[in-house]
Amino acid sequence: MAIPDDQRDDFTDGNAIAGPLAEIFAVDVTAAGSRCAHCGRTGPVAELRVYGRAPGFVARCPGCDHVVLRLVRSRDAVWLDMRGTVSLSIPVD
Amino acid sequence: MAGAAVPGRLGGRLRWHAAELLERRAESATAATLVFAVPGWPGHLAGQHVDVRLTAEDGYSTQRSYSIASASGGERVELTVQLVADGEVSPYLTDDMMPGDRVEFRGPVGGWFVWRPERPEPVLLVAGGSGIVPLMSMIRTRREAGSRVPFRLVYSVRSPDDRLYARELGRESPGLDVTHVYTRRAPDGRGRPPGRLTPDDLVRHGWPADFEPDCFVCGPTGFVEKAAAYLVLLGHASGKVRTERFGPSGG
Repeated sequence: MAIPDDQRDDFTDGNAIAGPLAEIFAVDVTAAGSRCAHCGRTGPVAELRVYGRAPGFVARCPGCDHVVLRLVRSRDAVWLDMRGTVSLSIPVD
Repeated sequence: MAGAAVPGRLGGRLRWHAAELLERRAESATAATLVFAVPGWPGHLAGQHVDVRLTAEDGYSTQRSYSIASASGGERVELTVQLVADGEVSPYLTDDMMPGDRVEFRGPVGGWFVWRPERPEPVLLVAGGSGIVPLMSMIRTRREAGSRVPFRLVYSVRSPDDRLYARELGRESPGLDVTHVYTRRAPDGRGRPPGRLTPDDLVRHGWPADFEPDCFVCGPTGFVEKAAAYLVLLGHASGKVRTERFGPSGG
């Protein structure tokens, strides 16, 4: 069986919310850098730890585990709670 | 189409596309590659994925995200799907769906875990199980682009029977080195005893950190956490190690 260290698998990463985010943003937000409001760590949204699956996701900072953003898709709206993000740095051409 | 994505969205970049199954081929006892025709598909970058939506006759619909296995470009899109025994979607895709049947595709999505042929850096691909799928798209895109960028693939699987794309990866391909790491059972007479990926495997079969390769790691979350940590331990800058995790599979 898997050794205990390998049991840490109850999350995916920010790549998993590329689809729902692409529904509401004109650019790919997973490649954007985000700064954690709690610890100040910066890194791409793609590397956040993502818990849950459609229709609701919670993305946490891989450094301090605080919630960076939450996203819920209802039938007629996408709810995006970004209180854990100080800023997003979005690459443009 | 039920529940059109975003009414009034400009450009319609993310509308759902009808995707018709052209053919399906077995990749292993539990995985199959599905070849779809997707009219109007905008094309994809190697490493991107697609949201797949299935709708039942009673209107119930569900969706999953799958990595694209085929090379960039075109309206022909291949997905390789691993069967999840008690899953809701994967048994339909790997067994029940017939050529001519349709699902819906949205995408491609994801702009982080991608490889572009114009990148000159050497590439290290590290795959755990079905994490090979988006990396295979990178390998195929490299080949189709005629790229000479040197690639190395370290592919961890339980046993020889679990390998995906065994024939294609077994063919001689200039500039592509393939190493299999078997975790449970190795082919007879091979040197490395079965066991999980170690830093030593990455030293032997990856690139030295001072070559500053682009590293792509994809697989189950536990595998990715370890492999990425090993690469950083070996001196690769964390910004050069891009990762994609499969979590608890929703099947």
